[in-house]
Amino acid sequence: MTALQHVKLGTYYVVHLPEADDFDFWRERARALVQCDVPPDRIAWVEPGGSGDLFAHGERRMPVPPMDAKPVRANRRFVSLARNAILHSDPERFALLYRLLWRLQSNPRMMEDKADLDVRRVEELDKNVRRDSHKMHAFVRFRLVESEDEEVGEHYVAWFEPEHHILRANAGFFMRRFSNMRWSILTPRGSLHWDTQTMSEGPPAERHDAPGGDPMEDLWRTYYASIFNPARLKIGAMLKEMPKKYWKNMPEAALIPDLIAGAQGREAKMVEKGALEFEERPDTLAAIDKAIHGCRKCPIGQLNNHAVMGEGPQNAALMIVGEQPGDQEDQTGRPFVGPAGQLLDAHLEKVGIDRRAAYVTNAVKHFKYVQRGKRRLHQNPGAKEIDTCRWWIESERAIVKPKLVLAMGASAARGMLGKTVSISRVRGAPIPLEDGSELWVTAHPSYLLRLDGPAREEQARLFDADLAAVRARLEELV
Amino acid sequence: MTAQTVLQKLEILADAAKYDASCASSGTGKKNSLGGKGIGSTEGMGICHAYAPDGRCISLLKILLTNHCVFDCHYCVNRKSSNVARARFSPQEVVDLTLAFYRRNYIEGLFLSSGIVKSSNHTMEQIVEVARILREEHDFRGYIHLKTIPEADPEIVHQAGLYADRVSINVELPTDSGLTRLAPDKDARQIEGAMGKVKADLVEAKDARKRFKHAPRFAPAGQSTQMIVGADAATDADIVGKASRLYDNFRLRRVYYSAFSPIPDASAVLPLKRPPLIREHRLYQSDWLMRFYGYKPTDVMQATEADGNLPLDIDPKLAWALKFREAFPVDVNRASKEQLLRVPGLGVKAVGKILASRRHRALRLDDVALLTQSITKVRPFIVTVDWRPITLTDRADLRSLLAPKSEQLELFAA
Repeated sequence: MTALQHVKLGTYYVVHLPEADDFDFWRERARALVQCDVPPDRIAWVEPGGSGDLFAHGERRMPVPPMDAKPVRANRRFVSLARNAILHSDPERFALLYRLLWRLQSNPRMMEDKADLDVRRVEELDKNVRRDSHKMHAFVRFRLVESEDEEVGEHYVAWFEPEHHILRANAGFFMRRFSNMRWSILTPRGSLHWDTQTMSEGPPAERHDAPGGDPMEDLWRTYYASIFNPARLKIGAMLKEMPKKYWKNMPEAALIPDLIAGAQGREAKMVEKGALEFEERPDTLAAIDKAIHGCRKCPIGQLNNHAVMGEGPQNAALMIVGEQPGDQEDQTGRPFVGPAGQLLDAHLEKVGIDRRAAYVTNAVKHFKYVQRGKRRLHQNPGAKEIDTCRWWIESERAIVKPKLVLAMGASAARGMLGKTVSISRVRGAPIPLEDGSELWVTAHPSYLLRLDGPAREEQARLFDADLAAVRARLEELV
Repeated sequence: MTAQTVLQKLEILADAAKYDASCASSGTGKKNSLGGKGIGSTEGMGICHAYAPDGRCISLLKILLTNHCVFDCHYCVNRKSSNVARARFSPQEVVDLTLAFYRRNYIEGLFLSSGIVKSSNHTMEQIVEVARILREEHDFRGYIHLKTIPEADPEIVHQAGLYADRVSINVELPTDSGLTRLAPDKDARQIEGAMGKVKADLVEAKDARKRFKHAPRFAPAGQSTQMIVGADAATDADIVGKASRLYDNFRLRRVYYSAFSPIPDASAVLPLKRPPLIREHRLYQSDWLMRFYGYKPTDVMQATEADGNLPLDIDPKLAWALKFREAFPVDVNRASKEQLLRVPGLGVKAVGKILASRRHRALRLDDVALLTQSITKVRPFIVTVDWRPITLTDRADLRSLLAPKSEQLELFAA
């Protein structure tokens, strides 16, 4: 008997699918129809809830393929695309897949032809479904439901609205990930329940079936807001990957409008606060002197004080750097004239260094203090203030070009190096500087003033030793 | 002062971590929680669970264990001399937060870094402790990325690799002089030494797994690093050169670029500007060219302009093509894959489709248009059955014809 006995010529067939995502059912019917040589335009595929009006009087009974029918050919690429494309919400998908299968019988390599319109369309469906699945993996948000029943324990429930029929196909992902957690995913197309052992399916759900919140969401929103960098606003890039349609089920998305609105202001504030646009470097000491008197780049410059410029020969081989002017320096406008300056002079004289031949200056140009009644008490400058003032000490150094710089105290060392060093660790040996000169670090004379007894004697000895080493090194260099 | 709540700590320590660009959760081995006691899975593809308005993906809980730091790197918001608020998580707090977020499907896992407290070893031990609790006590099988500290004992770093999917050490700045100036406490040789050690561990673990099925995995997603762009004077050519040396020498999976961005309470040494986002984007494009398009670092350097930087108005591939016009037009029906990959506007996927389709038909311009994003961009550089750009490739104003309008560029960057 031939196939013609089973297939009436010119018959229209209607295939009703039991489930919108039932690939195996579709495959079985499609295989039989191809074997019976039924062309694509004679079949209407109807999914649950879909309309079969097109061929209202079509044949619902399936034809039986002849015994000697050729096996249906479909390569692996087609099957993997079809499995995914069938999950798409486009009602035309079954017909498209059948048309492809039909054409594949005469052109087995057709799937390679990426310029073919049917091939392009099935790849597009596949891509949409993969994207929807990927977004489901990403944007499902579980909320914890604490059960009063101790036996049952914690239950995590999510509400999600997929665009395509992807729920069942993605059950495995969530099972593998949360295998020891009791969870449910509710969607308008159906629901999934995992009890740590078995998966069960439930009917379509509505939003109010899912819990309305979870205390952990406050922490999550805090994280979301804090990890956002307002200086890099790229709204388009965000929307491309997280379109607004997903926002309503994501607890963090409510923050987005405010984060965007505030971003430019936050950035501008940071830039302004950090703005330290120094103009061109002054090229004479007189110009620096003039400029530092107008410098308000850090809070010290805002106090009631005067800038104190370095002093000494412009070609000095030795530059001595202190921390900052004190009360007396502020009043006289000259560096190292107060008690610490007098002590320094005494030690310099003792080891035979001529202060008048050295260029003496400070890492910070203004006096930092707190007012206590009538007295102004010295305050150490902060790291940022020293770093700000580096501009000036670097400018002085660029003009004087000393062969050797002696930094006294941690602040002066930071002013030269840009980092905080431990005096006891670096004293007594030269540190090479970028311009080929060298830096020696010692304690600040005011440190000696604060000590007494044997401790002071010991420190004074170390200070003299440092100065003597500097003097000896200077003689080698000059 | 009252003790900080977890919420307050999270606010500070997430804020402190946001300048690290890396957030990838991909490229690790497959694992899931079936048959285990805990939760978690990784199936190869990374998942971005949310996107912030800065366009960056949020895949991992990216936080610092603490933002207290003994280092004083000028570009860093957490440097010692900064006045930002400080906080410190206990390892258990990080573990609890990671699991709570993971159970609700907010994240793929944890990316943990830290400021240096007490000592490098102490800090590294604390980081490893978090990973240990997650893996051993909770049987957590999600993704873990640990930042390792170059100054720490290699033995502790090795432990980190046994728990983590990925480890990373930031080279921070493209040039040694930049590092000396802006990160005075860090040492370029030490950083590269530590990366070399991690590479050796990776190679050794891979080798062991070939011979013994149950040999322990060591950072199956490899190591990565990050460079800050725009904080020092390094040119794009310097950066590309440095990146390619790093790829070659240390088997890095990724070199991330992070445009130097304004931070609160910035250092006086680095004036703040808008971050050079387009420049960062061009560097990533060049990175792609080297990783997927067969460009050599020298090719990318040839695409730079006289100042050593890549043009900002056009992408590096187009810049290269405009400089080497003699290589075009390319016949899409005959050219090799390598030649097609050099055509501006043809991506790896489009080239694959062309190679497959041309076995079935002689491609016409309309066919190519179906396979590519924009035929306008491609047209001057290709020949099809029915199309040949007669004078187009010779036109002096080709660049302005192809460069996106400035508004578009801004949109693209913003």
